[in-house]
Amino acid sequence: MFVIDCPYCGEREQSEFKAGGEAHIVRPKQPTELSDDQWAEYLFMRKNIKGIQFERWVHIHGCRKWFNVVRDTSNDVIKAVYKMGEKPPTN
Amino acid sequence: MKNKYSIFSLVKNAFSYHENWEKAWKDPVPKKEYEVIIIGGGGHGLATAYYLAKKHNMKNIAVVEKGWIGGGNTGRNTTIIRSNYLWDASAGLYDHALKIWEGLSQELNYNVMFSQRGVMNLAHNLQDVRDLKRRTHANRLNGIDAVYLNTEEVKKFCPIINTSQDIRYPVLGGTLQRRAGTARHDAVAWGYARGADEMGVDIIQNCEVKGIKRNGDTVEGIETTKGFIKTKKIGVVAAGHSSVIANMAGLRLPLESKPLQALVSEPVKPIIDTVVMSNAVHAYVSQSDKGELVIGAGTDDYVSYSQKGSHDIVEGTLNAILELYPIFSRMRMLRQWGGIVDICPDASPILSKTSVKGLYFNCGWGTGGFKATPGSGDLFAHTIANDEPHKLNAAFNINRFVSGDLVDEHGAAAVAH
Repeated sequence: MFVIDCPYCGEREQSEFKAGGEAHIVRPKQPTELSDDQWAEYLFMRKNIKGIQFERWVHIHGCRKWFNVVRDTSNDVIKAVYKMGEKPPTN
Repeated sequence: MKNKYSIFSLVKNAFSYHENWEKAWKDPVPKKEYEVIIIGGGGHGLATAYYLAKKHNMKNIAVVEKGWIGGGNTGRNTTIIRSNYLWDASAGLYDHALKIWEGLSQELNYNVMFSQRGVMNLAHNLQDVRDLKRRTHANRLNGIDAVYLNTEEVKKFCPIINTSQDIRYPVLGGTLQRRAGTARHDAVAWGYARGADEMGVDIIQNCEVKGIKRNGDTVEGIETTKGFIKTKKIGVVAAGHSSVIANMAGLRLPLESKPLQALVSEPVKPIIDTVVMSNAVHAYVSQSDKGELVIGAGTDDYVSYSQKGSHDIVEGTLNAILELYPIFSRMRMLRQWGGIVDICPDASPILSKTSVKGLYFNCGWGTGGFKATPGSGDLFAHTIANDEPHKLNAAFNINRFVSGDLVDEHGAAAVAH
């Protein structure tokens, strides 16, 4: 259990949010030209990182807006929060 | 040959104050090379090594474990064993395991305390009733024992359940698998470890895998905290850390690792002599032989390797438990813990070869791997030894995520994932 700093509402308990999984998975531009392997990669394969993960969250019991979080999955410490469409922090 | 455990060996060792029991397994230094290396010394990994030695006549096998054997999810689950899955592939897999459970204590000469006390799954709405009846029929067509119970029969089988129709989610019925039950989880790991050790398997604890060495499309060995070990075949049975090991070999898996929690109460006199699970309200409970209520909670929805879960998940489960069993309202909870479960998109496991020759994965068991331990070990050993899956685990190959031939047990199994 941890606290998430919603970019719109401020710090709230994690139970107010819903996790949306790995961030920055880009939907294929031309789906009709994808092979089965490429579809599997897009739909199912995940980094599932132990360490620094870029992920999406939605403030489902608050402002209901989506945003991105950088979190260390080995200890649940949040390193950064940034809005959808913004570039992920590099450091 | 190890000394057989029996009433006579117990009496004999009583005379020396139980100080001279022989060690159940050795603590060997890793050799330079093995025929097969199993990564992960949990129940599934130890069972795999055991059946490789026993049924496939392999002599030179190692199990490497980061911590101590059985210290991961094997020692963290709620010990429920059942095989009442909906789809044919799952039914075949889990009932294969259940059949091995039925003779396991005798086979291992180790009491795994397998208790066929029955598992009852409750229905709380009309869709649950339809789903559970459908699953009962599917189970019986697959030769798995299953009966559907109405509300009165549920109450008769487990009298402490609140079957009043004015609770938030009233009990409308349930299914019962009488052959299902529980086992002592630690004993399963210890029994397989002892059996494997007896056949010459090296069980290497406190040995963390740091890398997998590949030469093109074949494996050459593993880098560990105890040095490099050469091998041609690697079986990865690393549960929540499967993706971490896959990454070392340059593979991607369709897994997400999430915390799953359980908790136990203070010990009390026998009050519930079966296992009751409820999918809709997510509450399941049984009672250990020590008298503790063993309660399983749900998974958190975010990826984490922290072995801690969120408090609200436990709270939600206890709300449901108290509505179904008002008699537990004064019970105090003693311990709570989390384990990291690796979940596939279709909530079914992967027991499969990979695109790398000599690299095999047994993962994705999600929230329900303990029940499958003996079957998983047996089938994974077959897959490694023959470089081909057994017909019972053929459907659980990794290519199903490319072909689309998923074994979709999400919600179709008897409990939510």
